[in-house]
Amino acid sequence: MAAILDAQGLNKNFGAVTAASDINAAIERDSVVGLIGTNGAGKTTFINMITGYLKPDRGRIRYEGRDITELAPRDVTRLGICRSFQIPQLYASLTAFENMLVGIGVVLRNAGRGGFFSRGRALVPGHDLPAEDVAERILERFGLAEYRDKNAQVLPGGVRKLLDIALTMVAKPKILLLDEPTSGVSAEEKFVIMEMIMAAVRAEGATVLFVEHDMEVVSRFAGRVLAFYDGRIIADAAPEIALADPEVKRYVVGGVLRA
Amino acid sequence: MSRDRTPRTLALILLALLVSGQFLPQWTLFLVTVALAKGLVVLGLMILLRCGLVSFGQALYYCIGAYAAGMLGRLFGASDVFTLMLAGMAAAGLVGFVLGFLLARYRSIFFGLLSLAVSMILYGLLVKTEALGSTDGFHVLPSTLFGLRPADAWVRYTVLAVALLVAFIAALLVHRYLGTPLGRLASAIKDNEIRVEYMGASARHAIHVKYVIAAALAGLGGALAATTVGHIDPEMAYWTTSGEFIFITILAGTGNVIAPFLGALVFGVIQTVAFGISPNTWQMVLGGSLLVVIVFLPNGLWSLFRGRKAA
Amino acid sequence: MKIVNVTHGSFYALGAYAAASITGALLARGMPPSLSYAVLLGSALLVSVIVAPLIERGILRFMYAKDEVVILLITYALFLILEDVIKMIWGVNPYFIAEPYGLLGSFDVLDLTYPYYNLILVGVAIACGAGLAWMLGSTRTGKLLVAVIHDTEVSRAMGINVDRMYLYTFTFGSLLAAIGGAFTAPTVSVVPALGVEVIVLSFAVVVIGGLGSLPGAALGAVMVGLVRSAAIHYLPQAELFVIYLVMAMVLAFRPRGLFSIAEARKI
Repeated sequence: MAAILDAQGLNKNFGAVTAASDINAAIERDSVVGLIGTNGAGKTTFINMITGYLKPDRGRIRYEGRDITELAPRDVTRLGICRSFQIPQLYASLTAFENMLVGIGVVLRNAGRGGFFSRGRALVPGHDLPAEDVAERILERFGLAEYRDKNAQVLPGGVRKLLDIALTMVAKPKILLLDEPTSGVSAEEKFVIMEMIMAAVRAEGATVLFVEHDMEVVSRFAGRVLAFYDGRIIADAAPEIALADPEVKRYVVGGVLRA
Repeated sequence: MSRDRTPRTLALILLALLVSGQFLPQWTLFLVTVALAKGLVVLGLMILLRCGLVSFGQALYYCIGAYAAGMLGRLFGASDVFTLMLAGMAAAGLVGFVLGFLLARYRSIFFGLLSLAVSMILYGLLVKTEALGSTDGFHVLPSTLFGLRPADAWVRYTVLAVALLVAFIAALLVHRYLGTPLGRLASAIKDNEIRVEYMGASARHAIHVKYVIAAALAGLGGALAATTVGHIDPEMAYWTTSGEFIFITILAGTGNVIAPFLGALVFGVIQTVAFGISPNTWQMVLGGSLLVVIVFLPNGLWSLFRGRKAA
Repeated sequence: MKIVNVTHGSFYALGAYAAASITGALLARGMPPSLSYAVLLGSALLVSVIVAPLIERGILRFMYAKDEVVILLITYALFLILEDVIKMIWGVNPYFIAEPYGLLGSFDVLDLTYPYYNLILVGVAIACGAGLAWMLGSTRTGKLLVAVIHDTEVSRAMGINVDRMYLYTFTFGSLLAAIGGAFTAPTVSVVPALGVEVIVLSFAVVVIGGLGSLPGAALGAVMVGLVRSAAIHYLPQAELFVIYLVMAMVLAFRPRGLFSIAEARKI
């Protein structure tokens, strides 16, 4: 099957620090890929390069055959690659519901609907419902209905995390990049959050890459693992094989245990 | 979600002022008209403030609008009040469009200081331009309406009626704009620009659009002020004029398109009353009320009208 | 302190007024004119030590949590108030004290005549700049202040008396403004509009140099001075506007000023 996303020979240095060194990864459509590695291994840099926040010094990124290396984050997002953040990036002064409406508004605008001269209520592309209904539905799916009218800045950590992920779903992403979706929540909650995400993804159909430090979560949800160390990919295989790799054990899994 | 009552409220205010204006003394008509002119500028500042941007140089566009209107009369003898206002709006909007490419890249204090710098450039130019009267400025021709010059007793009322109509239309359009996805992006840009970009929108583009709207509104206000006051000078571009507009914006709050006009009117009343009582301490009264508003009404006078609903 | 402070203009005006009136009064009572330089300094010290703590303790300290743009507006409100306070105390008529200026005479360089007083101005400016640099870099208080500016929370947690640091800084900053005003007073007529004019000019200086940078401010001041003199000499019509043109150009090409610090990574 053809890769939906193909990164070839990515390199990125910050001064003397190597954040990415010859990263090659072809991601298949509808796969679920776990990105593992210690802090500073290059996972977030990888996501930042795919989404255009950082430009690689060398190498190309292709999405559905198209070169997206030079695109800005908003253009990458418009193509259907959406991301969540390690530290939730929310509109702090708006309620959860309004956060969703802003996101949906952008989707409407990019589709040329709901503008200054249009009349009546526009339907959100991909969902075929008015904006308010789409917002309600996605909040519901992530168990956020009870926080609908609370300001984002007063929400508890786990809820902020979920809202951050829910925001990525408004644009019907084809690829979902989740940067530590379960960081900062308790061990039991991790599985709940991942189940919710996976249920939503299954319903909408998307390719998922997620960064995760908990190897149990990785082996449960990922079909494939990319292990990062010092800016390189040191293992690329199914979870049971990758996690058993001696190098991964030494640099990644061991590192997590020691921490 | 409650029904949108703003258009109806605006229409009621328009009617009430149009009717009562015929019976009010001349000086109040002048006060209200000047407040409407400033309200238009503040309406633009409000759009920017919703994105978290404070322009310390909005007087630039106010002044451009006024000088555009004044020069149109001086050079071509144009005196139709609508022509003058359109000219002021177009000139300011055009300059705003060009400068917007630069300013839309700036945020917080840097946006404020750069807009201050450009407005002071204009001030510096005008002060030294003999042809435009240097620091004295020049008189604006008495304006006409559709080729007619109203009888002297009705001049103030006619200008007020025109101003009301223009302000009404501007407020309605801005209100509609604020309800569109691009308009709503304002608070999102203020809160978290990274997320805005990662949702597929360009914050810079959105700010550029808002900046041009704000510039055009300020130009409109400037042209209106020029025809009302009948005289223009470089002081209109000076930083204290910008400070006054920001003052009104904070006083008014960003809650609704009616707020800027209300704020401008309250400002005008405070200024007139305080100046009347004691010409040397009116600034103190203004400064004091600004402090009070910032501390006790962080969302401006408008929050008094919204009551507890907002909480 | 990460505050863009409009009241700085007020302190400049306050310094000028205090210097003009106190020096004038003392000279009228027979003080030898040679002492007037010390009186200028003393007047600046007097107003800033009285007024600055009043403003900082009384109002500003409750506002630090607010957005920097809001703080700027608060200082603008205070500026409006102080301007009228000045008018209430000193009235609206101009004050003159020419003695310190005239006393020293002048000297000639090529065909141009320079008053010696200008050398004193340069000396005072250099002394203030050097003193400030020394304080920030070499004294305990200065180093603590740099720490407080970088991270208020951590500084507080480490036991630094942040409130006191803010008070000292604000007072000291205001003192410098008042000294500027006091020593300028003999060369101009002291009028209420003094503060309005100087504050935008100093914004230009600070922006050109880079907000919060001491060498930047020095460089900015020299640049503004040179550009202005050059303009007056070659193209008098452009005097005012070139300064702001330079300010706009610097912002356009180096948005954070000539001496600026890079921003940290956000995501």
